[in-house]
Amino acid sequence: MLLYTIKRLLGAIPTLFVIIAISFFMIRMAPGGPFSKERVVAPEILENLNRVYHLDEPLIDQFVRYLGGILQGDFGPSFKYKDFSVTELIWTGFPVSLQLGGAAIILSTVLGIAFGVIAALRQNSRTDVAVMATAMVGIAIPNFVMAPLLTLVLGVYLRWLPVAGWGDGGLRQAFLPVVALALPQIAYVARLTRGSMIEVLRSNYVRTARAKGLPERLTILRHALKGALLPVVSYLGPATAAVITGSVVIEQIFSIPGIGRYFVQGAINRDYTLVMGTVIFYGVLIILANLVVDLIYGVLDPKVRYD
Amino acid sequence: MVDAVLDGIQPLAGRGLWADAWRRLRANRAAVIGAIVLGVIALAAVAGPMLAPHPIDAIYWDRVTMAPDFALGHYFGTDTNGRDLFARTLYAGRISLALGLAATLVSVAIGVVWGAVAGYFGGRVDAVMMRAVDVLYALPFMFFVILLMVYFGRNPLLLFVALGAVSWLDMARIVRGQTLSLRRKEFIEAATAGGIRDAVIIRRHIVPNCLGPVIIYATLTVPNVILLESFLSFLGLGVQEPMTSWGVLISEGARQLEGGQWLLVFPAGFLATTLFCLNFIGDGLRDALDPKDR
Repeated sequence: MLLYTIKRLLGAIPTLFVIIAISFFMIRMAPGGPFSKERVVAPEILENLNRVYHLDEPLIDQFVRYLGGILQGDFGPSFKYKDFSVTELIWTGFPVSLQLGGAAIILSTVLGIAFGVIAALRQNSRTDVAVMATAMVGIAIPNFVMAPLLTLVLGVYLRWLPVAGWGDGGLRQAFLPVVALALPQIAYVARLTRGSMIEVLRSNYVRTARAKGLPERLTILRHALKGALLPVVSYLGPATAAVITGSVVIEQIFSIPGIGRYFVQGAINRDYTLVMGTVIFYGVLIILANLVVDLIYGVLDPKVRYD
Repeated sequence: MVDAVLDGIQPLAGRGLWADAWRRLRANRAAVIGAIVLGVIALAAVAGPMLAPHPIDAIYWDRVTMAPDFALGHYFGTDTNGRDLFARTLYAGRISLALGLAATLVSVAIGVVWGAVAGYFGGRVDAVMMRAVDVLYALPFMFFVILLMVYFGRNPLLLFVALGAVSWLDMARIVRGQTLSLRRKEFIEAATAGGIRDAVIIRRHIVPNCLGPVIIYATLTVPNVILLESFLSFLGLGVQEPMTSWGVLISEGARQLEGGQWLLVFPAGFLATTLFCLNFIGDGLRDALDPKDR
């Protein structure tokens, strides 16, 4: 298993390289630069600026320099937030984004599995139909529509919850953004769980467990659930990616000071280094999430062999 | 007596795969209702802006952010610039639907060709092509599209090519899987023995036989692409003025939560309904074309 982990980490290097290369060259080939502003800068100053940021070197040298920096955890200085390095900005935003995204993932797994199991146990009942119809709504309505709608009802009409902001990430502040981010994922997980649970409940080993007189509760908790959770576990990889993408919008809507906001602001301000730093950081996160999911999968499913 | 009974029995018309699928699809109530509602929305989007009482870009300075008013013909109210939201919502639908369809066509074209070629030739070609798909799969694509829109200007052509280019990966995998199993079928062997060129075999024999899964997946790609487009437009990186799309309208509406709820509710309602319908139609098509999957 250790060998497998190392192999997978090595396998992620080319992917990571492609991510870095695409984001680097795409930005450099685009028209305009970080210093192209409405105010005209004297050519000598521009030259000096370019020299300080090594923008006057050949592109390939810049790329090698940038790669070398990344290896040492240095994503360069931000062009927009003067006096801050991109690494510093990412580390100030990450704890907030992690709380938001982590809470959304936990919420969607717990609630999604619970709803899915309930629906599967009462297949074709009214509960089942209601849960699945709600799941359809959750999947069809994107979170950037859901978030303002939830805010409209709970924040503006009923005035139960704050409309925006994060504060110290307390429950009242975090409730709306986390729920808006988690809803589509809750819906997906519930649909997946229901489908695989129905299949597992018909399988031979569940019938054996029932035949030997095991109480229904134990049959489901100890036998059926473990088998039914496999597809859910493998969905957690894509779910993480979806939550990361979603958090970009959610952070924007609720003015939450996380990485997603830095990314959008950086993109709009043409803050090259900041945008590249966040994209690479997101790429690493997604790769790591997929690796962790695969490892958990191997623990749960003995049929999977690492070789 | 016997003759009378026999006369009443029509010779059974043979039912092909497609006729069967069509029958199953029509029996699926959710899919039929979805198709009807979607048809109405599409029709309204195409004809609506011409039928609406107000043009999409007329500015009424005395009716800024006005609630829905039937007497004046502002069925959905007006926006913060005093423009009629009814006409704008329908017009936005035209853009959103057209972009969704166009980008899906791009993704189908790339995905089908890529998957069919990889699956048909197999071996090293397959390994290289699918390895590329694997690498692309791991990329945070959404972010590249955002970068693309920011740095290369926000023109609609680039937008739909970018959207199509990010959504062909699943299609390529599905078509490759189908092609792998088709390749060993006897009719392909016969075609090869008959000396038909590879390109012709792929076009005439492989691709038509992958059509079922391709149609299902394409139907499910349309809502995804519409969603991506609205996502980008919501961030202010998609469709630009004077054009508009549901994502643009929703993002404008989300800023007017206090004192202008209709600006959010109507475009969001249209977008959600459309996505609903497309999902129902996609599910219905899957059940109709692939009954063993139920």
